[in-house]
Amino acid sequence: MSSATKSLLAFFFCCAAPLVAATAELRVCADPNNLPYSNQQQQGFENELAQLVARDLGVSLSYFWFPQRHKFFRNTLLAGACDVVMEVPTGIDVASTTVPYYRSIYVFVSRRDRGLHIRSFDDPQLKSLRIGVHVTGENDDRVPSTTALLKRGLVGNLEGYDIFGKLSEQNPAGDIVRAVADKTIDVAVVWGPLGGYFANRSSAPLEATPVCPSPLDQQIPLSFDISMGVRRGNDALRDKLNSFIARHRSDIRHLLDSYSVPLVSAQGGQCQK
Amino acid sequence: MRIVNGFLFILCMVIPLIGQNAPSPTEVPGSQAGIHLVSPLPTGEWTMPAGDYANTRFSPLSQINTGNVKNLHIVGEMADGIPHGHEGGPLVVDNTLYMVTPFPNYLIALDLTKPGYPMKWKFEPNPDQRSVGIACCDVVNRGASYADGKIIYNTLDANTVAVDAKSGQLVWKTKVGDTDLGETITMAPIVVKDVVLVGDSGAELGVRGKLTALDLKSGKILWRAFNSGPDSDARIGPDFKPFYQKDRGKDLGVTSWTPDQWRLGGGTIWGWISYDPELNLIYYGTGNPGVWNDDMRPGDNKWSITIWARNPETGDAKWAYQIEPHDGWDYDEIMENVLVDMPWQGKTRKLLIHPGRTGFVFVLDRETGEVLSAENFEPVTWAKGYDLKTGLPIENPDKRPHTNHYARGVCPSSTGGKEFVPSSFSPKTGYLYIPAHNTCMDYSGEDVNYIAGTPYLGASVRMYPGPGGYQGELIAWDVANAKKVWSVKEADLPVYSGVLATAGDVVFYGTMDGYFRALDARSGNVLWQMKLSSGIIGNPMTFLGPDGKQYVAIYVGIGGWMGAVALPSVSTDDDYAALGVVGAMKKIKQMTSPGGALYVFGY
Repeated sequence: MSSATKSLLAFFFCCAAPLVAATAELRVCADPNNLPYSNQQQQGFENELAQLVARDLGVSLSYFWFPQRHKFFRNTLLAGACDVVMEVPTGIDVASTTVPYYRSIYVFVSRRDRGLHIRSFDDPQLKSLRIGVHVTGENDDRVPSTTALLKRGLVGNLEGYDIFGKLSEQNPAGDIVRAVADKTIDVAVVWGPLGGYFANRSSAPLEATPVCPSPLDQQIPLSFDISMGVRRGNDALRDKLNSFIARHRSDIRHLLDSYSVPLVSAQGGQCQK
Repeated sequence: MRIVNGFLFILCMVIPLIGQNAPSPTEVPGSQAGIHLVSPLPTGEWTMPAGDYANTRFSPLSQINTGNVKNLHIVGEMADGIPHGHEGGPLVVDNTLYMVTPFPNYLIALDLTKPGYPMKWKFEPNPDQRSVGIACCDVVNRGASYADGKIIYNTLDANTVAVDAKSGQLVWKTKVGDTDLGETITMAPIVVKDVVLVGDSGAELGVRGKLTALDLKSGKILWRAFNSGPDSDARIGPDFKPFYQKDRGKDLGVTSWTPDQWRLGGGTIWGWISYDPELNLIYYGTGNPGVWNDDMRPGDNKWSITIWARNPETGDAKWAYQIEPHDGWDYDEIMENVLVDMPWQGKTRKLLIHPGRTGFVFVLDRETGEVLSAENFEPVTWAKGYDLKTGLPIENPDKRPHTNHYARGVCPSSTGGKEFVPSSFSPKTGYLYIPAHNTCMDYSGEDVNYIAGTPYLGASVRMYPGPGGYQGELIAWDVANAKKVWSVKEADLPVYSGVLATAGDVVFYGTMDGYFRALDARSGNVLWQMKLSSGIIGNPMTFLGPDGKQYVAIYVGIGGWMGAVALPSVSTDDDYAALGVVGAMKKIKQMTSPGGALYVFGY
């Protein structure tokens, strides 16, 4: 990009949403209705994490709420409406990301009273089950769980759940877990934080089991590192956040545990016996 | 068409052919032998999105012609201050010009009888702000229709409104879709008899595409026809007679998907609707299937990427032709269907002409749905052509992306050989004037994406200019002979505006860098052009003013899917941004800047 374009962009950013000095305030962009991550009542772990960061940096905390759908980054972080998104996959191209502060994995969610205990995409039970997966509506999405199931010829067993759900519902991305609870589907394969949180708080007896990676799935990453994201070039803030993460690893771990977020090591999934 | 007496008097002075009972012609002096236009043409007014039901966008006005078009000058200009894509075009009824803006979807009435065209009123529908975050590709609106004293249009938050054309007061408002489910509306409705016909947008969010019919008087919903699901939902009954075997069978909108996947069926209707008053059928195309990863939805995925023929009053389907079963490239086929009766291989046929994203011009018999011809108008690599016996494309399997197969050199790109921007047909030349793109795309390695708190991988799509050293062109396409006659090329930008052809043998269109241009309809010579204040992605129209003189109007205002790259919030750092179009649109930020306005030209 030419420097002329850069300055043009900078001009529009600053005028669209004046930047407040980063030292006075931690401006966070977050989804107003997407637990366990965040909501407008600040009941999510991103909200608690933001409070920890703000306290540590000695600044006040403010939010810009925007549903985390298509154009989220364009309308929030890139538009200058905030300075940080509390959670992004490490290395995502729309932001400059901090060091990872946790790593999670896709999980199987099913009712305990079904006794399925599925841990692997190789489980032969899957052939006769209705399996819920998220669809994102993005061009050629490859939700890893879906890729692994397609590889095993289970396309006819898939039940697609729109990850956006219905905006007027509470926490629409949790629809897929509610469908397991009410027996609409037999099992769901979802991203760990979502599956862990809703399975542990459902009135139905649900279990969330991390996927045990099969040799067949070596090319399919089922676990991801998660960082905080700032605008590219905002190295000063990124460095402060990196320092925060280094000094608060155990606080963060406790926080995530309290939201039933399944955590895995950098090597990937655990295969519990 | 409602015409006040004084206006009719002026029309009669100018075009003596028009009688009291037949206010608009269907035969144009100087037409090629045997060409018959199926619906009345716009004479002094412009009351519907295309000007005419047949979507020829041809005007019989000829005061402005190849001899004097060089004298065109701006006689009116109005900026609306909205820095988003201005698609569609204005209406002119009863010496009043009506303009619908992008979100927040103001309807502005301008008085053409007074100097400077002062505003009569502005109607503000106050659409739900949340719809801005849902719309996929800029917050555009493609225009309105006039009928029964009302201006009728759709708001981004999936409502249809009818506004009194004189007072600017709301007459009725009907919720047609649910923004909570991701439904928005950007298309322009048409009115047939007492029925308002409305499509939808939002296939990216798993919306089930549908056409909704509303009562013109009350706004009450009369019927709905879905583009997925059982035959009862698609209004398929005993009258349904598709031409091809592949489109016949029970409940194909269910059985051509894996179980229940049709509920996220997509196939929205965000383009144009045509109407043939003689056959009493409407025609429209549908968009991409709902879940974009095509490995997840084995089957034909009906009724995505399909042309429908339906009865406008009952909604019953007459035929359907699925252009591309099991879409793999986002080739929405919601483009205009131009209806013309003309000689075809020695015999007069009732044609439907559809230049599409797939890169082909389809010529169908619109009584039966038979494909008579499918020839490409831009470089195409995804298919070698069409088998007219089966109606199926002859695909190039290497160009279809799959998990672990990154197809490269796929032409056209997802933005198509052309986009929704409508072509125009002149019965005098027999040419269809097509605003075209020449871009290709590569699918490449997977990048981590993130939505609603969930990380996943997405294939990256990069679009870039196609072969031949140009990225867009205005094509004169000889319909009878299915070939390109001439074109005017753009090196760096697609042609992304609508087209207007007139009986003055002039073809008007705009460029994304802001040139409004007039071509000689026969030779393609540039007769006149003027650079305006922003890029053009709207549709030109023409009308007679209160003084009986001909005027031409166009919106400027860069934006839309391809033009969104010019908006300040979209970075050109990343080739893969804005659904991949940034790679093809790098230069636009230097060539124009956003800002919506209406321009009116006189001669």
